[in-house]
Amino acid sequence: MTNETGRQGANRPALIVGVLLLIAAALVGYDASQQTITSNYGVGPTAVPYVVTAGLVILGLAHFVVAFREGLPEPEEADNKALLWIAGGLAFLIACIALGGGFTIAIAAVFACTARGMGRQAFLVDAIIGFVLGLFIYLVFAKVLTLILPSGPLERLFL
Amino acid sequence: MDTLLSLLNGFGVALEPSKLVFCLIGVFLGTAVGVLPGIGPALTVALLLPITFKLDPAGSLIMFAGIYYGGMYGGSTTAILLNAPGESASLATALEGSKMAKAGRGGPALATSAIGSFVAGLIATIGLAFLAPWLVEVAVKFGPWDYFALMIVAFVTVSATFGDSPLRGLTSLFIGITLGLVGIDKLTGQARLTFGVPELLNGVEVTTLAVGLFAVGEAFYVASKRFRDPEEIIPIKGSLWMTKQDWKRSWAPWLRGTAFGFPIGALPAGGAEVPTFLSYSTEKKLCKYPDEFGKGAIEGVAGPEAANNASAAGTLVPLLTLGLPTSATAAIMLAGFQQYGLNPGPLLFAEKPDLVWGLIASLFIANVMLVILNLPLIGLWVRLLAVPQPWLYAGILVFSTMGTLAVNGSPVELAQLFLFGFVGYLMRRYDYPVAPMVVGLILGPMAEQQLRRALQISLGDPMILLENPGSATLLGIAFIALVAPFAMKGLNKFKASED
Repeated sequence: MTNETGRQGANRPALIVGVLLLIAAALVGYDASQQTITSNYGVGPTAVPYVVTAGLVILGLAHFVVAFREGLPEPEEADNKALLWIAGGLAFLIACIALGGGFTIAIAAVFACTARGMGRQAFLVDAIIGFVLGLFIYLVFAKVLTLILPSGPLERLFL
Repeated sequence: MDTLLSLLNGFGVALEPSKLVFCLIGVFLGTAVGVLPGIGPALTVALLLPITFKLDPAGSLIMFAGIYYGGMYGGSTTAILLNAPGESASLATALEGSKMAKAGRGGPALATSAIGSFVAGLIATIGLAFLAPWLVEVAVKFGPWDYFALMIVAFVTVSATFGDSPLRGLTSLFIGITLGLVGIDKLTGQARLTFGVPELLNGVEVTTLAVGLFAVGEAFYVASKRFRDPEEIIPIKGSLWMTKQDWKRSWAPWLRGTAFGFPIGALPAGGAEVPTFLSYSTEKKLCKYPDEFGKGAIEGVAGPEAANNASAAGTLVPLLTLGLPTSATAAIMLAGFQQYGLNPGPLLFAEKPDLVWGLIASLFIANVMLVILNLPLIGLWVRLLAVPQPWLYAGILVFSTMGTLAVNGSPVELAQLFLFGFVGYLMRRYDYPVAPMVVGLILGPMAEQQLRRALQISLGDPMILLENPGSATLLGIAFIALVAPFAMKGLNKFKASED
């Protein structure tokens, strides 16, 4: 199915990459045009960004050409549920750290969600393993390396 | 003579008990990650960077080098017993190695790759020790224009010349260079591409990008196709030892493999793939038993494995003498140097001879340790493959986030890590190489500085790059290397026919 559409029309992934590259080029070029500091001799901080902009534009256009020719390699079907589990765990981690929930709980979630995404069915067991692992790492960092990882109410009990 | 003296001094450093411990940890970890599919030495060093930045620099760098060498040894185990090469450098080994294992000759296959790696590693490290001081003398005379041209050569060869698709390699490189622009410009203080986010003023951390692309990206990728059938481990049957005939058929491929691996690794062309495949096809042509190729010829394991290890030592030549990384692992190791405020290059040889020569001497020790670790302990390494994948990757993600949080605990940094992880996943999915992106991020700002320095000296005249014979030649090489793959797509065909 995907193979046929890939051959008939334009290759969608290649088109998307091309558009993204052009957007990136526009951002870099715009940013360089807004800069105020210049150099008195030699070239200033804007020269290389403009070169990079040109490179990104060329690569973006080349992707359009590729899209109408061979396209990007056709990937295998992906297990989106697995990806969602892992991404969910990581999103929880960011939220947990940002809101002051502490390192241990965040790590427990990442461990359990990743293991679940990779196909294990023992969420609670994995969460406990992750919890112990997180607490262990936290304490090693705090006591041995004298480096305090993000702390929440739980971690403060141990300090 | 000077070299020998420096090397002896280096052994004095490397044989200190604490350094030996670092070296042992390095080779042990390196072998382990080499054996485990999906984790390579680049990722391991990247994960260790944040944890080691408070430790002794010499010790940590010795450990990193041990991981690099160990990864090259360990990779062959997976390639032979699982037919699943852990990294691209052991692709060629898997071709004949897995056939040998299926025919019940897994033991000799592992033995010839371990001993071949040892021989190659030793010769190549001697090459490194004697080539490096000579190159340092040349490099001292380099002007900024030469460095700039050299980096352009590295950019082109890493991304375009030896990849499957020059377009995808260059795209990866340019995204890396773009990321390298983020932050405060060192020469003028101008903020670039920060969009008002204060956390971005310091630029994109190399470790964040590397860990995101390699670790998080790999975890996503493996998870996305986890319902594929798991690979089956082929049990080792029969003797581990090589017969007299095995020895006779192995020694020449070892030496030829080294002869391919070291120089190609040392060129700013990088990568272990090219020499391993060159070695494979050479052995196939020279073999006295050509009909055995495809069914498990020992030459096809001995040669590529030696080439593989020799190229690892080769990549250390430009890294140490010029500060030029030509492989993903070398790029991360450069970040390792930088986190201690050390800049590899001619100056480092003059300022910190103990560190540089201690590191080179430790490579000899690492090789000896590795051959001892690998031959008798092969059973242990094989058992490592039984670690359940969910726990393995969950552990990798825990380590990745831990490392990022240890350096910089801000949610912005974490968001970058996962963003890069997702980008790394998509790049794997659509077959974009990730190494050029890391090289672009590290080398991009360095190349820009050298270029601007050169243009300051010439008062803005870009012709300075072409007027100096050194930089002009290098830029010419870069141009040819850029155009060549488009002009003749022969290299790709050659590669495809080897499968």
